[in-house]
Amino acid sequence: VSGDGDGQSRWCLSQVKGAVDDDVAEADIISAVEFNHSGELLATGDRGGRIVIFQQEQESKNIPQCRAEYNVYSTFQSHEPEFDYLKSLEIEEKINKIRWLPQKNAAHFLLSTNDKTIKLWKISERDKRPEGYNLKEEDGRYRHPSSLTTLRVPVFQPMNLMVEASPRRVYANAHTYHINSISVNSDNETYLSADDLRINLWHLDFTDRSFNIVDIKPSNMEELTEVITASEFHPLQCNTFVYGSSKGTVRLCDMRASALCDQHSKLFEEPEDPSTRSFFSEIISSISDVKFSHSGRYMMTRDYLTLKIWDLHMESQPVETYQVHGFLRSKLCSLYENDCIFDKFECCWKGDDSEVMTGSYNNFFRMFNRDAQRDLTLEASWENCSPGYPLKTWRVCAGSRRKRNEIGVDCLDFSRKILYTSWHPQDNVVALATVNNLYIFQEKLNPEF
Amino acid sequence: MAGAEGDDSLYPIAVLIDELRNEDVQLRLNSIKKLSTIALALGVERTRTELLPFLTDTIYDEDEVLLALAEQLGSFTLLVGGPEFVHCLLPPLESLATVEETVVRDKAVESLRKISQEHSPVDLEVHFVPLVKRLASGDWFTSRTSACGLFSVCYPRVSSSIKAEIRQHFRTLCSDDTPMVRRAAASKLGEFAKVLELDYVKSDIIPLFTALASDEQDSVRLLAVEAGVSIATLLPQEDLETLVMPTLRQASEDKSWRVRYMVADKFSELQKAVGPEITKNDLVPAFQNLLKDCEAEVRAASANKVKVFCENLPEDSRETIIMTHILPCVKELVSDTNQHVKSALASVIMGLSTILGKDNTVEHLLPLFLAQLKDECPEVRLNIISNLDCVNEVIGIRQLSQSLLPAIVELAEDAKWRVRLAIIEYMPLLAGQLGVEFFDEKLNSLCMAWLIDHVYAIREAATCNLMKLVEKFGAEWAQNTIVPKVLGMANDPNYLHRMTTLFCINALSEACGQEITTKHMLPVVLKMSNDQVANVRFNVAKCLQKIGPVLESSALQAEVKPVLEKLATDQDMDVKYFALEAISGIMREHLHQYIMPSHYPNPYAEMRPVGSTLSNPYFTQST
Repeated sequence: VSGDGDGQSRWCLSQVKGAVDDDVAEADIISAVEFNHSGELLATGDRGGRIVIFQQEQESKNIPQCRAEYNVYSTFQSHEPEFDYLKSLEIEEKINKIRWLPQKNAAHFLLSTNDKTIKLWKISERDKRPEGYNLKEEDGRYRHPSSLTTLRVPVFQPMNLMVEASPRRVYANAHTYHINSISVNSDNETYLSADDLRINLWHLDFTDRSFNIVDIKPSNMEELTEVITASEFHPLQCNTFVYGSSKGTVRLCDMRASALCDQHSKLFEEPEDPSTRSFFSEIISSISDVKFSHSGRYMMTRDYLTLKIWDLHMESQPVETYQVHGFLRSKLCSLYENDCIFDKFECCWKGDDSEVMTGSYNNFFRMFNRDAQRDLTLEASWENCSPGYPLKTWRVCAGSRRKRNEIGVDCLDFSRKILYTSWHPQDNVVALATVNNLYIFQEKLNPEF
Repeated sequence: MAGAEGDDSLYPIAVLIDELRNEDVQLRLNSIKKLSTIALALGVERTRTELLPFLTDTIYDEDEVLLALAEQLGSFTLLVGGPEFVHCLLPPLESLATVEETVVRDKAVESLRKISQEHSPVDLEVHFVPLVKRLASGDWFTSRTSACGLFSVCYPRVSSSIKAEIRQHFRTLCSDDTPMVRRAAASKLGEFAKVLELDYVKSDIIPLFTALASDEQDSVRLLAVEAGVSIATLLPQEDLETLVMPTLRQASEDKSWRVRYMVADKFSELQKAVGPEITKNDLVPAFQNLLKDCEAEVRAASANKVKVFCENLPEDSRETIIMTHILPCVKELVSDTNQHVKSALASVIMGLSTILGKDNTVEHLLPLFLAQLKDECPEVRLNIISNLDCVNEVIGIRQLSQSLLPAIVELAEDAKWRVRLAIIEYMPLLAGQLGVEFFDEKLNSLCMAWLIDHVYAIREAATCNLMKLVEKFGAEWAQNTIVPKVLGMANDPNYLHRMTTLFCINALSEACGQEITTKHMLPVVLKMSNDQVANVRFNVAKCLQKIGPVLESSALQAEVKPVLEKLATDQDMDVKYFALEAISGIMREHLHQYIMPSHYPNPYAEMRPVGSTLSNPYFTQST
């Protein structure tokens, strides 16, 4: 992570999307942010069930200082509110996760999910349309059949570029509980979906069957002590996936060993420090996100206060632990009272796995450089920074006397939080969501610039 | 085609062409399905120069339209001017072969394969092969996967230099970056090997096979198994051991259960391909391992193959191998922890008796059958019962009947209605094998009990079962045993049971014949027309229509018609409706049968459903 002692980083605000208005409609709150595999497209999902796709500006892509210019490419309604009449249950339209499929032809495909139903969307371009009718004019006026002397075959003519999003598959009725994760397998033909108690495996081509691969539902629900909170496939090994739980453990399963993966092959768990044990220990150790590194060697887990990086070969403890906002440990009581303690923060890897990022409160986000063991606290705020200028780095301190770049714990705004983050797979460009705004930041390649 | 001013014959074609781009997908689909009509009207020249370029650009359409288009183009050769011009069909099929939807792509490839045969050798090299190469080196994997299916159709008909290029392209695709393409290549490896010269099979295909069989992706390795089977059929026996067997052996011990599952699933094919010697030395131990696999899916797949594997063992050592190597594994599977495994085994285990003969069956297999008949899982019991015929031939069913009866009774009373349904469906078969005496004594009461089951599907199946039993045992048996019981239910206080009587009569009348139907069943039906429940009454009307053809015609006029007329004035709308339906139905049938010569077109076929008695001229006429 780059930054100088003077409280300035090399990161600059590139763009802010969404209305800058204090009065935010519930439906506009962003609930998912995801770059595609080339970084050319960026998708956001919101509580209103909509998906907005941004495309990197083609002209400026090669100009280093403007490479983070994204413009709206397509907007569509992915999910609608529904009602399950059998269970008398309202199903929200909120998008829980978006995952892009590796590109297979000129069109782009993504999976989106709400609590119950996963959908496969195709986003494609069309720049030609057919012209010429036999029995009517192009404007729709009918031509009399008696004037027909020769048959006319329509001809495709160029037209203005049109981007279409069409639903290709709907994978429904496989989850009793709320879906928290979806992840595409490296075999490019299957994906998993995880809810609180079960993980299912789907083939992308078949919507009428899925296979249950993990089921942790106890026969007596009163014995329930642990739920699945996040799950992901290994980026390279098609047979490996992990799932994190509310108890802070991560299990790695090998699908080669057996069809049902109720027996894990590895269990990643850090022994609890008895000195810090409290009423909140279990709540704050709950895994809110788990992500494999691009290389497939490491995985990162996020719990309420920390970010941990595990070597897949070492189950006993993480190789790196980063405090995201350790100063909140003393405030857990009030965070429990205002429900913030249950916030689920996501985390993401930089393209070359050398840095990681996750969100915090007060619209702060944190970046950790793994080699230099240095970290940054930056703020996503359109009031406090202008495009192109370096972001200042913040320090949160406990005392009342503050320097220029310091803020007191008591001054943090817990209603402004950054839960969803995504890192461009190649470039140093990150996207993150505050309540209803999408922020795109880029790192300047050259400090002189 | 350009006719004179206002050519009327063009109109329907013009509509078809315009609907190619209609908003409504169903209309577009209809038009695409009539593409040959459009092409015929346009003539070969305009089809080539205008229609095909238009179709080439239509790839934005819905999958079902594209699928229909891909299919149509496969039989379009004559419409573009015959084999000489068949290459004009390549551009639209090429673009269809790159869409993301697998079914469309597969259909486009299928059509391309079909029309490749219509290319002359020169056209094949000038037009078809370049297309294959373009697809094979396309940017997106959709086109590369499609290419995999096209090599084998052009390879045999091109020059040796192009053959070398084709082999090179195939090699490249086998090591493609994306698993999708490697899977497509692996699944076509077998068929490509079949068209290659034997030397190239050894020098080219074997290394590709070995590489794909050790691919990092499970989904690729498992497809290589099938290819291995095809390749094994091509090689002389002496090469199998060195070229194919090491890889197949490795597959049968693969770390991934899905690969082992595939080996189990293809085991009979494999057995045929490698011949008796390798079977004895290699496959028997491999099969034993698969039967004992730690993954239930693998055990189930191999259990399914037990009979076929044993059947195809070399005759000289068949019995020994089964008795010493296979049977011990089978015995373990009978008490497997997984019910799918047990039920897979139960579906084939009876077949072993014909292979092993009477004595071995009685001594070794019978205890297993009996154990499975008592299995806790109903599916296992059902599978045993459904395959009784094999045992019947060898040792006679009497040996089993003692255990059979409790098993059947238990299934017949199972709490799950689908289980009851399944056993009902085996009843006619069982009745045939056990004989009428045994049936009357032990099973008849079960069959009657199903008629008053609380699940409709069971009652329905039970009526159908009665019909099949009557077909088997004859009308006389029916009259003595089941007809009285069925008719007795007509007085049941539960209207559902009364209706069951009617449904049974519907099913049985034909099998029982005119006499029983007229003398015994009809009076009961007619009496039920006074039932207080409307559902019963309208079912009386439906029943009368159904049994009408079986009845004596005098009874039809004298007894049936007055009752239907009365029902036609019923208070209830539905009763009225079905009574009128029945009247017109019976009269139509009646007139047709007795007045019209049978070859005469039925004038009433066009008649609308009748609205009221008065508006039906045929009814008033005949009274």
